[in-house]
Amino acid sequence: MPRLLPRRKRDTAAETPKLAPAGPPPEADNFLEVRGLTVHFPTDDGLVRSVDGVDFALRRGRTLGIVGESGSGKSVTSLAIMGLHGNTGARIGGEIWLDGQELVRSTPEQVRLMRGRRMAMIFQDPMSSMHPYYTVGHQIIEAYQVHNEVSGKQARTHAIDLLGRVGIPRPDRRVDDYPHQFSGGMRQRAMIAMALSCDPELLIADEPTTALDVTVQAQILDLIRDLQREFNSAVMMITHDLGVVAELADDVLVMYAGRAVEHGPSRTLFEQPRHPYTWGLLGSLTRLDRDRQERLMPIKGSPPSLISLPSGCAFRTRCPYADHNDGREKTEVPQLLEIEPGHRTACHLDIQERERIWTEDIRPRL
Amino acid sequence: MIFYLLRRLAGAVVLLLIVTMAVFAIFFLIPRLGGATSDQLAARYVGKSPSPEAISQVKHSLGLDKSVPEQYGKFVKGMIAGKDYDTGVRKVHCAPPCLGFSFRNNLEVWPRLQDRIPVTLSLAAGAAVIWLIAGVSIGVISALKRGSLWDRFSMGFALAGVSLPPFFTGLVALALFSYQWPIFKGVHYVPFFDNPGSWAWNLVLPWLTLAFLYAALYARLTRAGMLETMSEDYIRTARAKGLRERDVIVKHGLRAALTPILTIFGMDVGLLLGGAILTEQVYSLDGIGKFAVEAITQQDLPEVLGVTMIAAIFVILANLVVDLLYAVVDPRVRT
Repeated sequence: MPRLLPRRKRDTAAETPKLAPAGPPPEADNFLEVRGLTVHFPTDDGLVRSVDGVDFALRRGRTLGIVGESGSGKSVTSLAIMGLHGNTGARIGGEIWLDGQELVRSTPEQVRLMRGRRMAMIFQDPMSSMHPYYTVGHQIIEAYQVHNEVSGKQARTHAIDLLGRVGIPRPDRRVDDYPHQFSGGMRQRAMIAMALSCDPELLIADEPTTALDVTVQAQILDLIRDLQREFNSAVMMITHDLGVVAELADDVLVMYAGRAVEHGPSRTLFEQPRHPYTWGLLGSLTRLDRDRQERLMPIKGSPPSLISLPSGCAFRTRCPYADHNDGREKTEVPQLLEIEPGHRTACHLDIQERERIWTEDIRPRL
Repeated sequence: MIFYLLRRLAGAVVLLLIVTMAVFAIFFLIPRLGGATSDQLAARYVGKSPSPEAISQVKHSLGLDKSVPEQYGKFVKGMIAGKDYDTGVRKVHCAPPCLGFSFRNNLEVWPRLQDRIPVTLSLAAGAAVIWLIAGVSIGVISALKRGSLWDRFSMGFALAGVSLPPFFTGLVALALFSYQWPIFKGVHYVPFFDNPGSWAWNLVLPWLTLAFLYAALYARLTRAGMLETMSEDYIRTARAKGLRERDVIVKHGLRAALTPILTIFGMDVGLLLGGAILTEQVYSLDGIGKFAVEAITQQDLPEVLGVTMIAAIFVILANLVVDLLYAVVDPRVRT
C-alpha cells in the first residue's frame, strides 16, 4: 500500500537546495518580517513570477494594507506566509520571519504547527471557505483542538464564546447550525471566530469584505479593528479597495506585477503618493461629488502577463510618464528606494518631477 | 427531516405504481398495438400447445377480455391480493405477492424467484464491498499523486476494468484459478447459513470478477471527485487551521467527494440485485440474472414479467435508501 499522504516534492524546504542561508534574525519589534520574497510557479508556458522580490515588516498591534489589482501578487504573498503553497508546485525564495522563526526554511510540519495558532487567515468568500457538511461550531472546535489539548466540552464552550465575541446573536444555538443556515455577513463573522480560535498574533485578511454587501462590510471592518485592539495582533489586510485601507491600515504596501512599487504610512500614501501606479489607483476611486464623466480616471491597459513581464519597469506600458526617463525604463528595473524616512518607491522618474506632477497635475484632478 | 422522509417515501410509492403501469404497458398494451389479439396474447401465457379452453381460461383470468383500465386493475390486484390459476389439471392459488404463474413449469413465479434472491444478494453485496473499498482507495491515491507512475498504472487498470466484460474476465479467472491452479474448484453457491466459510470461498471468483468492472469505474469517479474537492476553498481553510494533512484529505476532502459516489453506489447495487446477468451466467450461479436469461430464452412471459417487477422494485428501494442516506450525509438536503 503506498503512502496515503502525498509526498510533497515541491515543498519549500525539500525543493530548494539552492536556497541561500537566511540572514540574521530581525529586530524583536518586527513580529513579521518578509525579505526578498519570491514565489514562482513553473508552468508549461514558462515561469510565472507571481511574487518577485517583496520585503516589508509588521509589528504587533499594527495593520498593513496590501493593495493592487488582481494578479499583482498580494494573495500569493499572504499564502506564502501561511505556508499554503505546499502542493501547488510553487518555488518560494527569500525569507519570512515570524517572531524570530524563519518559515521558508522550516519543515512543513513546523509551519503547520504555526498555522492557525500563531498566524491565521480570513478568506474572501465565506460561503465556499467553510465546509458545507460540518456545523459552524464543529469547524471552530476543530481549529481550536488541533493546537490545544482540551476536552470536547471545553472546546465547545470556547466556540460559543468566540461566536458571541464576533457578534453572533444566540451563539449557544447557532453553534450547531450549518454554514448554509448563516447569512453572508454572519458566515464571515464565523470565519473570523474560527481564525481567532487560538488567539493568533498575526491575522491575515484576504479581501474579507469583497463578497459582502456594503452595510455589512463596515461592520466586519469594525469587528476586525476591535479584535485587533483586544488581542494586540498584527494584521495584514489584503484588498483592492483603497477605502478599506484608509479605514484600517497604519501602513500601505502597493504591489504591481509581483513587486512592491510604493510602501509607507497610509497617511503619506494618500496625501503624498510618489508612484504613478498609486496615482492611478487613487484616480480609480469613485467620486460622487464630480460630474459623471470625471468621476473615474482609470489606469489604461491591463496588468501584464507574469510570464513575460515588460523589460525594465513592469509598469512602463501603462505609465503616462514612461517616456520621461531617456529609455532607462526599458533597460533597468527600478529599485524600491527610500525617498523620505519610512516612505519607499520604485520609480525611475526624478523625485522632484514626481512631486511636481502630483501637486500640479494629479491632485487637482482627484 | 420528518417531512423529507415522508416525501421520499411517498415518492417511492408513486414510483412503484408508475413501474407497474410501465410493466403492464410493455407486456399487455404494446403487443396489442402490434396487432396481437387477446387470444394470441393469452396464448403466450399458457403452455406450449395450448387447448382453446386453456387459452380462454387464461384470457379470462388475466382479464384480457376486459377494458384496459380493468385489465390493469386486475394486474395490480393479482399482485397484491393473490390470484387463482386453473392449469386445466389442477387449480392453483397464487398467494401474494403473486408475480404470476408459469404454465411452462407449472409453478408460481414468486417462490422460484425467492430462492434466487439470496444468491444474487450474496454476489452483489460481497462484490459491492470489494469494489467500493478498492475503487475509492485507488481513486483517492491517484488523485493525490496525479501524474505519478501509480496514477498512470491504476488509471490504465481502470480502463481495462471498464473495457473488459465479465464474460471475458470471468472465464479467464476460471481458467486460471479453477483449472490451471485449482484454488477455487467447482464454483457453486452454498447458502450462507449452511456454511459461511464455504459460502465465501465459492464466491471469491464471482465477487472479484464483478468487482473488477465496478472498481475500475469507481476509481475513476473517486479520482475526479477528489481532484475537484481538493481544490475547493474549504480545503484551503482546513489547511489554514493547521490541520494534519491526513485530516484535510480524509475528513474534509474525501467526505465531500464521497457524497456523489454514494448515489451512484446505491443505484448500482439496486440494479445488480435485479440480477448480475453476465457474472451469474459465467459461474452458473442460480441467481435472478440467470433466471431472467432462462425465462427469456424459453419465452416464459410470466417469469419475465415477474423478474422485471422484482428488478424494478429493487431499484426503487435502492433509490429510497440512497435518498435517506443523503439526508444523513449532506445537511443541506434536510431542510
